[in-house]
Amino acid sequence: MRRFLANEQFEINCSQAVVMRARRVRISKIEEMVMLASPPSAVDDTVRKPCRLSLSDRIETWLPKIILAPTFVVTLLFIYGFILWTGCLSFTTSRMLPNYEFAGLSQYHALFANERWWVALKNLALFGGLFIAGCLAIGLSLAILLDQKIRGEGFIRSVYLYPMALSFVVTGTAWKWMLNPGLGIEKLVRDFGFHNFTFDWLTNSELSIYTVVIAGVWQSSGFIMAMFLAGLRGVDDSIIKAAQVDGASLPVIYWRIIIPSLRPVFFSAFMILSHIAIKSFDLVMALTGGGPGFSSDTPATFMYTFSFTRNQIGMGAASAMMMLMIVAAVVVPFLYSELRSSRRG
Amino acid sequence: MADSSNTQTQGSSRFGRYLIYTLLGLVCLYYLMPLFIMLSTSLKTLDDIRTGSLVSLPAHVTFQPWLDAWSKACIGVRCEGMSVYFWNSFRFVVPAVLISTLAGAFNGYVLTLWRFRGSDIFFSALMIGCFIPFQVILLPMARTLGELGIFNTISGLIFVHVVYGVSFTTLFFRNYYVTIPDELVKAARIDGAGFLRIFWRIILPISTPIVVVSIIWQFTQIWNDFLFGVVFSSGDHQPVTVALNNLVNTSTGVIGYNVDMAAAIIAALPTLFIYIVAGKYFVRGLTAGSVKG
Amino acid sequence: MNCIQHKTKLAVAMALSLAVFSAQAAEVEVLHWWTSGGEAKSVGELKKLMQAKGDSWKDFAVSGGGGENAMTVLKARVVAGDAPTAAQIKGPSIQEWANEGVLANLSAVAKAGHWDAQLPPVVSSAMKYQGNYVAVPVNVHRVNWMWVNPAVFKKAGATVPKTWAEFPAAADKLQKAGFIPVAHGGQPWQDFTIFESVVLGVGGADFYKKSMVQLDQGALQSATMLKAFNTFRMVRKYVDKDFSGRDWNLATQMVIQGKAGMQFMGDWAKGEFAAAGKKPGADYLCVDAPGTKGDFTYNIDSFVMFKQKSAEATKGQDDLASAIMSPEFQEIFNLNKGSIPARLDVKMDKFDDCAKKSHTDFIASSKAGTLVPSIAHQMAVPAATTGAIQDVVTQFFNSEMTSAQAVVKLAAAARTK
Repeated sequence: MRRFLANEQFEINCSQAVVMRARRVRISKIEEMVMLASPPSAVDDTVRKPCRLSLSDRIETWLPKIILAPTFVVTLLFIYGFILWTGCLSFTTSRMLPNYEFAGLSQYHALFANERWWVALKNLALFGGLFIAGCLAIGLSLAILLDQKIRGEGFIRSVYLYPMALSFVVTGTAWKWMLNPGLGIEKLVRDFGFHNFTFDWLTNSELSIYTVVIAGVWQSSGFIMAMFLAGLRGVDDSIIKAAQVDGASLPVIYWRIIIPSLRPVFFSAFMILSHIAIKSFDLVMALTGGGPGFSSDTPATFMYTFSFTRNQIGMGAASAMMMLMIVAAVVVPFLYSELRSSRRG
Repeated sequence: MADSSNTQTQGSSRFGRYLIYTLLGLVCLYYLMPLFIMLSTSLKTLDDIRTGSLVSLPAHVTFQPWLDAWSKACIGVRCEGMSVYFWNSFRFVVPAVLISTLAGAFNGYVLTLWRFRGSDIFFSALMIGCFIPFQVILLPMARTLGELGIFNTISGLIFVHVVYGVSFTTLFFRNYYVTIPDELVKAARIDGAGFLRIFWRIILPISTPIVVVSIIWQFTQIWNDFLFGVVFSSGDHQPVTVALNNLVNTSTGVIGYNVDMAAAIIAALPTLFIYIVAGKYFVRGLTAGSVKG
Repeated sequence: MNCIQHKTKLAVAMALSLAVFSAQAAEVEVLHWWTSGGEAKSVGELKKLMQAKGDSWKDFAVSGGGGENAMTVLKARVVAGDAPTAAQIKGPSIQEWANEGVLANLSAVAKAGHWDAQLPPVVSSAMKYQGNYVAVPVNVHRVNWMWVNPAVFKKAGATVPKTWAEFPAAADKLQKAGFIPVAHGGQPWQDFTIFESVVLGVGGADFYKKSMVQLDQGALQSATMLKAFNTFRMVRKYVDKDFSGRDWNLATQMVIQGKAGMQFMGDWAKGEFAAAGKKPGADYLCVDAPGTKGDFTYNIDSFVMFKQKSAEATKGQDDLASAIMSPEFQEIFNLNKGSIPARLDVKMDKFDDCAKKSHTDFIASSKAGTLVPSIAHQMAVPAATTGAIQDVVTQFFNSEMTSAQAVVKLAAAARTK
């Protein structure tokens, strides 16, 4: 392989023009490196091998981009292309199958006049907020507790992690049984003798969305725990020892030093959790089916129902566009600040 | 960090330890309850379920539901249980996981150690892309697969899962490789190593933890997927989640909860197995990967 | 006419010769959501019939939520240009699919099988698009049933209510005796199932047709509709508090076990009673929902046939269509499913008493003009409108909304296009 490349290098070197072009590319690459890395070493680089400019270098320069190209194309076509297509549909009269008859903003008008859509939006805010906060809080607490040199940590960790291995359909079905007042927890506690115990959130229009939070947190918090545990294991012990020498108590050390240093973990966890929250579909379908009535509908179930069952693809597309805008509003600023800070750091 | 407890008095520290163990134990119970109910239901007879309470132990333990679910239960007009579909899932899950992991590794490598102008923007775009609700892409993707001639095939399913999985694997690998000092790559370059050589010889050998994370994550996601499975496959290629759904859902028929629960556990066995066996590596991989954002 | 016949003959001849030539039978792929238990067995009978004709059966089962998933999959398949041979589609949706121009014309098969003579006009007109058959009916479900546990009524000293006016008295007695009067599962379609029986019982068949089928605004905003909502609210009082999200068959179990007195459900509920070894007339009664004696709310399952690309596939499709319509299949399928055959000439000897009553009422109501489509089961109006109305009904049932508010919302929902 190496020899083959060298041969090619020799052949191409005969052509001045190519070398010149290669050099330009090389220089631009060096500029980039100067930007990214510390200046002295970059200078070293240019000094040490000034004349190895060739096709293989050119390929080298382009190879990263070539490697990235399939993902780029796929993302462009199958994510942004499809978003664009959905955007177009939201301005059409599409009903059972897509059509391209222009309808102006009427689908958006219909969407925002629909009471069910507002319920779905409210639920997304409630569910999203509580689910993300709950998972982060429980995940972090469990990770801190588990990081105290616990005997049997491996077993306990597996127990916390296993729900992530189950599909939301299974989770939803199991929780549906447990939360059912006549079958599950309420009955169990009453059988123990507490006859006034009531736990009927699943069947209460006002509270049903919170049962989705319970099941969702149950499923995902273990995974978040693992992420935080990993983060804690990566914290430098010497900083903590130094703080202890200064007389700081354990809670203070956690609050002031350790938790702030977990910022990147919060970032990854937030990305994963908000992703699950916004796409919350399987869980809602299996647990409450959007009910009672449509009190626990979320935008994802709303979109599915209207696009596929009710033959209102136009309105479904409009709701999908609104969902994407919500995502953009929440995620883009977060992503932006995170990327900037990680570049600085 | 746990050493800190030594600085406090012995008594309160012991009390603290008991408190921690109690808390952890209670939380364990909370996490295990649904699994317990599924297991105990799957071992009950139908009469037992009709008359007894949900949380009670089976009056007579029977393994018949498990046998039925595996090889006898009727799913559609085929009465061969879940076994066929179980193996179907492996046929597309394994290639899809491997391909998306490899692609994610390459992408992460480029996005951290071979950055170019616009690479951060590309990464952001990729991250936002993974928020697209999958319901949106069903129809256009069906059209695309139809045009490509791979609709309703195993290859089509692999294709879809790779396309929508690669943004996650890229995120994992990028976060992992960000911790590698630039100097390491630079030194290798000075020694004359190229893009691929650095990847194979230097980067990949130290990537084991994050490869494990990526494989676990992707395997779980793809194995548990229902939406793509149901839309982009049919008949003989249907994955196990679709078979499970077909088994447990009935519009106007009698529901056999014990068989359903057994089938649900069977469908979850591979992912459970992976989590239990590889859980240790999972945390280790995350440790290495997520410390720097 | 002659020319068309000639062409058809030619096509048939060609198809036959092709079939002989390739010496391989056609493969039919049928999308359905009858995936488990007795339903799956029923479909299995169809598979056997097709195999007897030398065709092979490719099962395409997608269940979940009354066909929601199946509809998604079907749309994807059609968009991808890979439509199955047939799909389980019913009611006004048949017309919507036909409008897209993707359905096959079954006139030749229908003519050969004398479908027009065998099917009641209500059924055959639903299967036709612009005068041509595009779909094949399999069964007729009756929805306005009330399933009663007589032992419970006896213990409580109550009589089975015949009208909605009598209903509260009977339900109160059951409640006092410690029973749950109405077994109900709180899923939108189940709420809707009770509601349509209430509208039919309170307003009668003509009012039902005006309000639920023609969506006449006058009828929707009338005092009768207000009364229907009041009655619906009254029924709500007699449902236990754990109803939400409960599957319908668990509600039926409550009647079977004597925990509850009655349930409003279509005739598929019989399957649950049969599975528990209960006998109609003795262990349980099937009676008309209050105030709906002589009326019949129908829910007809049918298969639409999609245009096929090859002559071979078309031949398989024709085989499938005639197999579904054959008396043998209609008998065995409906024995399994609890419904009655869509064909009128099938002998009812092997059917139970409830099915026999259903059959008699079906024919009588068809003549009397009291045969109405079930709106809760997507037989009356297009999917978008059905959904919007269902939203109002289920929201009313699960909240403190007043009847007057509900009437206003219902009228608005009926305008959904």
